[in-house]
Amino acid sequence: MSELIVKGVSRTFPGVRGGAPVQALHPTDLDIAKNDFVTILGPSGCGKSTLLRIIAGLDRPTTGSVLLEGQTITGPGADRGMVFQSYTLFPWLTVRENVGFGLRERGIAAKETAEIVDSYLDKVGLRGFENHWPKQLSGGMQQRTAIARALANDPKILLLDEPFGALDNQTRGLMQELLLGIWEREQKTVVFVTHDIEEAVFMASRVVTMTARPGRIKSITPVDIPHPRHYTVKASPEFSELRLKLTEEIRAEAIQAATHS
Amino acid sequence: MRPLEPIGQQARILLGILFFVLFFSGWSIATFGGFVSPTFLADPITMLKDGIYLLTEQGFLEDIGMTVWRVVGGFVLSALVAVPIGIAMGAYKPIEALLEPFVSFSRYLPASAFIPLLILWAGIGELQKLLVIFIGSVFQIILMVSVSVSATRRDLVEASYTLGASDAGVVRRVLIPANAPDIAETLRLVLGWAWTYVIVAELIGASSGIGYMIINSQALMATGQIIFGIIVIGIIGLISDFAFKTVNRSLFAWRLA
Repeated sequence: MSELIVKGVSRTFPGVRGGAPVQALHPTDLDIAKNDFVTILGPSGCGKSTLLRIIAGLDRPTTGSVLLEGQTITGPGADRGMVFQSYTLFPWLTVRENVGFGLRERGIAAKETAEIVDSYLDKVGLRGFENHWPKQLSGGMQQRTAIARALANDPKILLLDEPFGALDNQTRGLMQELLLGIWEREQKTVVFVTHDIEEAVFMASRVVTMTARPGRIKSITPVDIPHPRHYTVKASPEFSELRLKLTEEIRAEAIQAATHS
Repeated sequence: MRPLEPIGQQARILLGILFFVLFFSGWSIATFGGFVSPTFLADPITMLKDGIYLLTEQGFLEDIGMTVWRVVGGFVLSALVAVPIGIAMGAYKPIEALLEPFVSFSRYLPASAFIPLLILWAGIGELQKLLVIFIGSVFQIILMVSVSVSATRRDLVEASYTLGASDAGVVRRVLIPANAPDIAETLRLVLGWAWTYVIVAELIGASSGIGYMIINSQALMATGQIIFGIIVIGIIGLISDFAFKTVNRSLFAWRLA
């Protein structure tokens, strides 16, 4: 059964200063099953982040609707955790307080909160940094905290908007393994937006590619590489084959995006 | 000198003191050298003697106490009113639309021009002094707080919504803590302005306070006393500024981490 159903969702932004309205997203349908790991891959400005923000409830669709477990989404909520590309830890809270933010907002008892926070700090390897301010952490550590903060809330679905986009290549690779490891152990429905093809293939059970603006789903590619995935699968023939296929699909869109902008 | 090149702590303090030394030297040369008539400008030594006379014989400490009390009273009163209104305006756009035009207009009304009216309404007692400071500060604080709150990073607000925060929760747990340092900085700034208003209020209708002493000394041509009064105001300002900065630094350590 589909946990998340995107039904005919489109988004048109009103024109700026009398300009023509811009359609960012064509009417789009997408079904995501429970515990699926879906990556959405597309060139910059293809509307993939817009789609994710609509699922999060941070933006409203112009047409269509999104259903989570049969309920229409009308706004943001704790059942859809989100990790942003920009560093969004609350700078006035320590790492521990950041991870406990959602639990405290929901009125969970302090003792239980502390236990949950500790377990997620362990999972993302941030023990020993509980009392640091976000400013004192590296970019990778900040995003690990942001992942722990989203997961500590136990959302039904985890949304990630190019979460590793601002990190250097080596850190990004480690973060992918960390997130995938957590997913393999705990099972969670994940929607992960990225423009990095290798990242999209490595993480996903299914890769959704999108066309240039206005965005539309171009293809859905299952990734049948078995779990647990070690980083060495990136060098395997089946991985290379998928990467080549997706590169060609995205390349055509990137060329179109570059010539029409 | 290379732009933006930092300097050491010791050099910073020495240079800061150096300018005070230069200032007092210039003043001494002008007065002791006979370039300025003592009727119009007292020399530093006379100023100090006048100051000691004021403190020991004239009960000037009491005047200082009165003025400090008025500034603090009026300032606390306006902060208590203005900070919540400013936060509400910054957070809720209909409230901003309702109040912003009026507050922007009122901000330009000079507090000192209200003094004659306030004397009619409230007499020349303490209430009138507090009201002058209140009128001078309240609109400034409202507007500056509202601007800070409006400029809160949107991604932090969005993140808190995806973590299940309610609308009230966003105000309480994101908008207020995120802007607390800016609000404190606004208060520090406006406190400096409140000192100007209180002196003006005391110059016009008062029977105590630093401003009252200054206007009395003018009648006696005691320029040394006037300058001493002005310097006392400067010193108190410096002390309160330093105290404010120290408290802010310890309250908002996360900013400096």
